[in-house]
Amino acid sequence: MTITLVLLGIIMATVIGWLLRQTLNTEPWDALDPAENQPGRGVITAPPSKIGLMTFIAVVTSLFALFLSAYMMRMQLGDWRPLPEPDLLWLNTAVLVLASFAFQMTRRAVTRGQLQTVKTGLIAGGVCTALFLIGQLVAWQQLGATGYFITGNPANAFFYLLTALHGLHLLGGMWVWGRTTTRVLKGADVESVRLSVELCTVYWHYLLLVWIGLFGLLLST
Amino acid sequence: MAYVAIADRDHEQELHDPTTFITKYIWSQDHKVIAIQYSITAMFVGLVALGLSAMMRLQLGFPDSFSFITPTDYYQFITMHGMIMVIFLLTALFLGGFGNYLIPLMIGSRDMVFPYMNMMSYWVYLVSVIVLLASFFVPGGATGAGWTLYPPQAILPGTPGSELGILLMLVALALFIVAFTMGGLNYVTTILQARTRGMTLMRMPLSLWGIFMATILGLLAFPALFVSAVMMTLDKVAGTSFFMPAILSMGETMDHEGGSPILFQHLFWFFGHPEVYIVALPAFGLVSDLLSTHARKAIFGYRMMVWAILAIGGLSFIVWAHHMYVSGMNPYFGFFFATTTLIIAVPTAIKVYNWVLTLWQGNIRMTVPMLFAIGFIFTFTHGGLTGIFLGNVVVDLPLSDTYFVVAHFHMVMGVSPILVVFGSIYHWYPKITGKMFNQTLGKLHFWITFLGTYAIYLPMHYLGFLGVPRRYYAMGDTEFMPESAFTLNQGITISALIVGAAQFIFLYNIIVSLKKGKDAGSNPWEATTLEWQTPDTPPKHGNWGPELPVVHRWAYDYSVPGCRDDFIPQNMAPDDVPMAADSVSQSPDVGTHGSEGETDGPDGEPVA
Repeated sequence: MTITLVLLGIIMATVIGWLLRQTLNTEPWDALDPAENQPGRGVITAPPSKIGLMTFIAVVTSLFALFLSAYMMRMQLGDWRPLPEPDLLWLNTAVLVLASFAFQMTRRAVTRGQLQTVKTGLIAGGVCTALFLIGQLVAWQQLGATGYFITGNPANAFFYLLTALHGLHLLGGMWVWGRTTTRVLKGADVESVRLSVELCTVYWHYLLLVWIGLFGLLLST
Repeated sequence: MAYVAIADRDHEQELHDPTTFITKYIWSQDHKVIAIQYSITAMFVGLVALGLSAMMRLQLGFPDSFSFITPTDYYQFITMHGMIMVIFLLTALFLGGFGNYLIPLMIGSRDMVFPYMNMMSYWVYLVSVIVLLASFFVPGGATGAGWTLYPPQAILPGTPGSELGILLMLVALALFIVAFTMGGLNYVTTILQARTRGMTLMRMPLSLWGIFMATILGLLAFPALFVSAVMMTLDKVAGTSFFMPAILSMGETMDHEGGSPILFQHLFWFFGHPEVYIVALPAFGLVSDLLSTHARKAIFGYRMMVWAILAIGGLSFIVWAHHMYVSGMNPYFGFFFATTTLIIAVPTAIKVYNWVLTLWQGNIRMTVPMLFAIGFIFTFTHGGLTGIFLGNVVVDLPLSDTYFVVAHFHMVMGVSPILVVFGSIYHWYPKITGKMFNQTLGKLHFWITFLGTYAIYLPMHYLGFLGVPRRYYAMGDTEFMPESAFTLNQGITISALIVGAAQFIFLYNIIVSLKKGKDAGSNPWEATTLEWQTPDTPPKHGNWGPELPVVHRWAYDYSVPGCRDDFIPQNMAPDDVPMAADSVSQSPDVGTHGSEGETDGPDGEPVA
């Protein structure tokens, strides 16, 4: 459970630390002191959906951290036989990096108001992500063809489970991506999709990070 | 501008005005309607679970008398009773019900920030409840694995419902977690983002602090249950060996090998312990507000209460293994968890002291909500003290499988939160419905429930010391159990049935008062918090009139010296506060906030 405790410790320390900063040095019972003078206003200028996304990312972090902890604990038992990761995963990783890169490009284009680049960037990001997902399915097939089934060994089971879970989270992102891209292609102006693009970019970077963590763990064990 | 409330920003949140009956009451995105939907559904499954406990008690009190309760049934009843009460009733009611209703009203917002997601949260919750209840009717029946669902026995033949029952249970849990996550994102974001002007975090009522921290715990802890549910489903369906060791079942070797049941226990309790506080923290918050309001006195040590909530939230993640002392562990590991468990008693005890000190020299009004709130202090202290026993490894080992544990957790996380639920429903009922409930029936309900609680659970501690094992369908002939243990069990059963029946007084009261209750007015308890200052009672869609309220003070300005009234609403500007000296010269309708037409307190006593 060490991984989980470390990651949740960081999250809880951030949350509680922030809340404590809002609550120290306040005298809430003093009504004559207008709110503007008090610390503890707890003002966050970010839009609500950004806070929503960050909270969701914390939830997903907890989810993956718990899976990783389970992985590490299960690994120590005698019957664990590591499986050879298909080389295709390297290619998939590269494609996912490209997707993240495309989203970063789109995000920059959005702040500069370049509609054409936004369109290109969104489509490139979506295509790369789709390629990654297809690549993951092919990797599954390669493993299955060489006899590494989910029931064979807990290492296999974890491999399928973790990749599936990561893929599902990307699919969820693709839904938001689909809505944003449709709006852009239908001629919505850049400003109206700015927030969606920013949120997509953050989410894609995050899922890339999760994938790199997962891939590193799979490779090293 | 340093402080920009969401209401002042360019894009004030758009409201989806309902137009038809269906969008108003069924597919509603209004947080108040969703809250009521959540509460009714939760109370309905709660009644089912109450019925199950009655059946269990009948079997325990009068074994061999009821042929229709078989051992299989008994284990299914235990399992479903526990799971429903902890997750589908308490978690859903506190966060989905009270969280939904109170958050936007108390912070002065028009709705949650993501109303659509809020609506989806309820409907996914409803589906999860239906899936859960459906498991009673599938071949093999509901799962009988105990609410902790420990593998391997949960998915092995021989355990009731080990085929479809356990699968439906796992699916229901996964759905519940999805629903909770959607709701939880809303509660956190709304509290952080949608507070009205002047509502600093430290001016929030403690109810919101409790709900806020419990939501954060839920968001981070429920994934552990999700992970274990997914992995157990795969073990069952796909034949993997995450948790399943090599095992002989019914004389045959199973396909599994090498899995670790202990891994499941770690994951389960990594969720399971924070879950205790997911239920307890909202109760702590709500009861603080009930005590303060009905004692006409500011909560004692507001900041300390907030910090205690934060401390409990942080500590609750590092105590989980105290549920696993009997599973066997490294003694140093056990020592660590015993220490953290005892440390968490410190912030909890601070809260209890502060509640008692809030009552100290307060102008206590013995209203129905107040009775329940004071009852909570008793039952919670009681359950908390036995928790200190059980937190120590050496004491826990002999007691762990006895009725002492049953008594402990029912006192601390069964009865105590439920008393707060009742107190809070009575407290906010006039705001939710606009009607006042029947006080006499409410008091009757309280006294039967409160005294009955002790009649049920005090003897259980004694049974535990005798060594009467929990989870047994029937005790049979055993030498260590004296005759009195069986008599006590009968007494417990009779008390339990009476308490169970008394809950129908509550249901009758809240249903009949909808039609026959007297109009309650907008602020019958003369409370300070924002939800009592709405222009309409019950609040209309959008909660506030054209203008959002502006907050000038914290939530606990009760009995402020020199003021005419013994409460000052949060949205009253310092210059508008009617002073005692003015009351003679000014007309009585000066204090326009909330208390118009209120000449009598809730129990008929004149308003100070």
